[in-house]
Amino acid sequence: MAETNGTTNGAVLDIPQTYVGTRTVRPDGVDKVTGRARFAADFNLPGQLVGRVLRSPHPHARIISIDTSKAQALPGVKAVITRDDFADQASELIPAGEMMMNYRDVVRNVMAREKVLYEGHAVAAVAATSVAVAKKALKLIDVKYEVLPHVIDVVEAMNPSAPVLHPDLFTAGVEPKPDKASNVAKRIEIAIGDIEAGFGKADVIVEREFNTAPVHQGYIEPHAALATVSEDGTAEVWVTTQGHFIVRAHCARLLGMDISKIRVTASEIGGGFGGKTVVYLEPLAVALSRKAKRPVKMVMSREEVFKASGPTSGANIRVKLGASKDGKFVAGYAELRYQAGAFPGSPVQPGVFCAFAPYDMENVKVVGYDVVSNRPKVAAYRAPGAPISEFAVESVVDEIAKKLDIDPVELRLQNAAREGTKAAYGPKFGPIGLTETLHAVEKTNHYTTPLQPWQGRGVASGFWFNIGGETCASLTVNEDGTVSLVAGTPDIGGLRASLAAVAADELGVPYEKVRPIIGDTGSIGFNFLTGGSRSCFSGAMAIVEAAKEIKADLCRRAAKLWDCKPEDVEFSHGAVRAKGAAAGKHTPMTVADCAKVAGKTGGPIGGTGRINAQGAGPSFGTHLVDVEVDPETGRVTILRYTVAQDAGRAIHPSYVEGQFQGGAVQGIGWALNEEYIYGKDGKLQNAGFLDYRMPVASDLPMIDAILVEVPNPRHPYGVRGVGETPIVPPMAAIANAIEQATGVRFTELPMSPPKVLKALRERGLNTREALRSGNGKNGHGKNGH
Amino acid sequence: MRYEAPDSLDSAVALLAAAPGDARVLAGGTDLLVQMRADVLEPELIVDIKKISETRTVTEEKGGWRIGAAVTGAELRENARLKQAWPGLVEAANLIGSTQVQGRATLGGNLCNGSPAADSVPALIAAGAMASLVGPKGRRDLPVEDVMLGPRKLALTKGELVASFLLPPRPRGSSDAYLRFIPRTEMDIAVVGAGVSLTAEGGRVTAARVSLGAVAARVLLVQAAAQAIIGSTLDDAAQDRLEAAARAACQPIDDKRGTVEFRTQVAGVLARRAALIALERARNS
Amino acid sequence: MAKHHVAATVNGDEVEFLCETEETLLDVLRDTLHLTGSKEGCSSGDCGACSVTLDGRLVCSCLVLGCEVDGRKIDTIEGMAKGETLHPLQQKFLEQAALQCGICTPGFLVAAKSLLERNPNPSETEIRFWLAGNLCRCTGYDKIIKAVMETAGDMRRA
Repeated sequence: MAETNGTTNGAVLDIPQTYVGTRTVRPDGVDKVTGRARFAADFNLPGQLVGRVLRSPHPHARIISIDTSKAQALPGVKAVITRDDFADQASELIPAGEMMMNYRDVVRNVMAREKVLYEGHAVAAVAATSVAVAKKALKLIDVKYEVLPHVIDVVEAMNPSAPVLHPDLFTAGVEPKPDKASNVAKRIEIAIGDIEAGFGKADVIVEREFNTAPVHQGYIEPHAALATVSEDGTAEVWVTTQGHFIVRAHCARLLGMDISKIRVTASEIGGGFGGKTVVYLEPLAVALSRKAKRPVKMVMSREEVFKASGPTSGANIRVKLGASKDGKFVAGYAELRYQAGAFPGSPVQPGVFCAFAPYDMENVKVVGYDVVSNRPKVAAYRAPGAPISEFAVESVVDEIAKKLDIDPVELRLQNAAREGTKAAYGPKFGPIGLTETLHAVEKTNHYTTPLQPWQGRGVASGFWFNIGGETCASLTVNEDGTVSLVAGTPDIGGLRASLAAVAADELGVPYEKVRPIIGDTGSIGFNFLTGGSRSCFSGAMAIVEAAKEIKADLCRRAAKLWDCKPEDVEFSHGAVRAKGAAAGKHTPMTVADCAKVAGKTGGPIGGTGRINAQGAGPSFGTHLVDVEVDPETGRVTILRYTVAQDAGRAIHPSYVEGQFQGGAVQGIGWALNEEYIYGKDGKLQNAGFLDYRMPVASDLPMIDAILVEVPNPRHPYGVRGVGETPIVPPMAAIANAIEQATGVRFTELPMSPPKVLKALRERGLNTREALRSGNGKNGHGKNGH
Repeated sequence: MRYEAPDSLDSAVALLAAAPGDARVLAGGTDLLVQMRADVLEPELIVDIKKISETRTVTEEKGGWRIGAAVTGAELRENARLKQAWPGLVEAANLIGSTQVQGRATLGGNLCNGSPAADSVPALIAAGAMASLVGPKGRRDLPVEDVMLGPRKLALTKGELVASFLLPPRPRGSSDAYLRFIPRTEMDIAVVGAGVSLTAEGGRVTAARVSLGAVAARVLLVQAAAQAIIGSTLDDAAQDRLEAAARAACQPIDDKRGTVEFRTQVAGVLARRAALIALERARNS
Repeated sequence: MAKHHVAATVNGDEVEFLCETEETLLDVLRDTLHLTGSKEGCSSGDCGACSVTLDGRLVCSCLVLGCEVDGRKIDTIEGMAKGETLHPLQQKFLEQAALQCGICTPGFLVAAKSLLERNPNPSETEIRFWLAGNLCRCTGYDKIIKAVMETAGDMRRA
């Protein structure tokens, strides 16, 4: 029987796997293809009011006064809230996905208190009987600001002369403690070995500086919430979120309510990627509903999503990597400066941890700085922190390969972390699949297809450590033998299908007889949010536990029914069976058979898994990309893309492939065109899908997905989380490909056409004469490198 | 906010002329509705012109073509004869936005939205199109290059609207092409747009018009670029002259979509590429 | 201010509604007719999640006013299946996992259906350019394009 920390993949489990590993149709699918599925904005309650938020027009200002009297007096306005409706919160750090947050900052981000710290910062909110009245009411709120100088860029924000956002922010992690407040919230460092000595032994050293612009998760569904508060103070909330238990916790805390008095239902979610692991509208909707005594529905516009919900950091990175002439990495140093937005808490720590982690290195030092600046507080974005640091490191690895004339895949294989490698940030890796993904890429037809002039091929690897976490899931066997499954982590794309497959195989029932739902916070125990690539990993583990309870229970019932000893009964191959002394004496009973006599044998049949899932295994990936550069315009076209990634065990191969492809394409956008563009006035200039340029279907080729499976020995099915790793390698892979196509190393993201064209022109590479003489760049050396 | 959908030009003109506040013409709505939703515009009156037959018809007239101001890009694309006669104009109109947007967007709206980055305008100007304006004082025709005077600044007076466009007859051996540069492959506003219409005899360019969009405060008709290639076979020397003339005409800005340097550089490239396509099409016509 | 009285056909059913001038067809579909299958992703015509057909023409419903559709025929995602029988595209999307979060799925299905009605044998490039106005952030488009191509093949052979 499988243990939570026990055996490897299904070959060792005594469960025939009919559904796990196959491409079942997801149980929630029909509603999604017919438009019936309800996302948060699709919910309505009778008598509901429209909630709208008044947002700061200034990137940095002190709030002198807020006068809401005229708005309150407007007919149709049923409630107005400001900072006065939220009690201040003491400083307390809490986990949120792979990042930490502080309630003192959360309450201020949700509703500005002393200052507004970014354009779009919420200052007040109204609930009114119509959109028109709500809009009019916002215009009637009079806010007096004292405008302050602002700072956006991370390096500028670190300058001692920069405008300081928080007068009580003193850099943590430096000795002695600074006596002047600054925008540097903390400094962190990891180190192993001796990098001075290491660099001293290097035959080749590459040192580079990189800059990345902030990018947004880009979910198509804007934030939305519907809240209704009764006269006795109980609240119900429907919201699009990655963590409805987290929403419950935050609302309870911010509004001074008992947790049990808030029931949060997670609607279907139209994308999150980490951006919906925090609260924005929910506490406002609850506060407004409490005041108005009517349901309040709030939906962000696309402009609000860009201006007021957390994108990820922009960053400045310096990387120095040294290698011996036969390709061994002897020392690695990196400095990461990440923007946190208006409040501390950028993902610089995971960025620091991941930077050199794919490689087995004796001497590593990585320093990170968490820096605040006047833009929205950053939220997690798919492997938060790692895409940025690994963009830099994987670019430098490529340069080392070129300098040493070693194939870039071979160089990575030579240095790859394997089972037993100790990462610079602490853990020793168990079995991992980095080398398998490198070999998989090497074996593809893609790897050896010849290239034309102005085309280039690039490769990069990456990983994410993944998390487990608190998870509850339940299985109930209904009277007719069908099974109801309740999970507690919102399904962002394929979870219900995966969990249903696990439950069906565990209990030996047909897949179609298992109906999964995502339970609201009142129906199931605490679940940490969907993030950290944990929902299938932890959910499957919890389902296994729930199934164990049921199987043990059915054995007890059968033992009574058959009047035999407990050790003579077992559950295997979908039925309770007599064995040992009682073998052959009783007809096996399937789950459905047991359900028929449930009442007589002890009552309803069910099981719950309540775990804090441990043993999350890292997922490594390697990406290979071909690009073509138009030397006259700087446009970069992705010609071909291959992803090879270790899933441990793919419960549902199609949805695992989907994660590979979706993450890769987000990385393509990050590499080529996505960026937050600020004016000198500190205001966002591209707060819409027109000028925040995410990849469209015509920009891309097919994304070939290669499923590698190195089972995670600490999961009953061998599962590794897969959702985040795919966004880590693309930017470096593309930069490496562009370098091969043009001879130019780009160190700034995005590598948009004006930048590419400028670089080509500066090097005289695209004059009419150069192009006419057929001076097309192409790869040279091994495998086109 | 009032909404009227008159079925005659006279009624439309009367409504627009009499409107006390901001009155807007509604054709496809792909700019107007976006601006209203963003609270950039709050018209007092919307005049929907799609019930007026002149705005919705495409007819051959006097050897040329009369295209209603509210004919959609998709309808233009589905008109096989027009597409064959003016492939550049039709492809320009069908680069605006997405398939969904092309299902509604119109030449009239694209011009009167007043953006120098409009995709169909360089093609219209290169074609030598005339805009037929109807207003309280009657009808007048203006070359399209004289309609948009600057960003959001039109030559229309109060009560005037664009009813249709007239494309001139063109001799045999003529064709046109429109190219734009955008960072992605679809959906972006043009960073540079280049429309070229030309006539060729025996491989030699005998007449040409070159228009550039998104590189100045209005869409440019670049006489010098046309002169650079008239009389030539578009050999390397002519191409270089064309690029240089196109670049010299640019007065672009730095904005979130492109830099001065980038726009100027690419304007030359696109003018050349569009001219080559137009010449190839003219040879095959 | 008086509202407009509009009579139209939606998914084959005759409907009547009142709307303000500034209400878009998307607003009317979702808030007045309670057809929430068409989604609001941007309100600026840049994401395609609100796609419907208007007299057979693929459009963004956020770019059409409610008062413009008097006497017109509108088809939304809710009308794509016939009773319990899914349209081949809907079925294929399910089988091929051509959706993850599903928010863009109604728009893609309406747009793809419109394409196949006009062009039963589209190339991969033609499909990608036709669907360029539909944003997806989850799938990277790969499985969506494959599903449309396969469905086109199935429908040609049927």
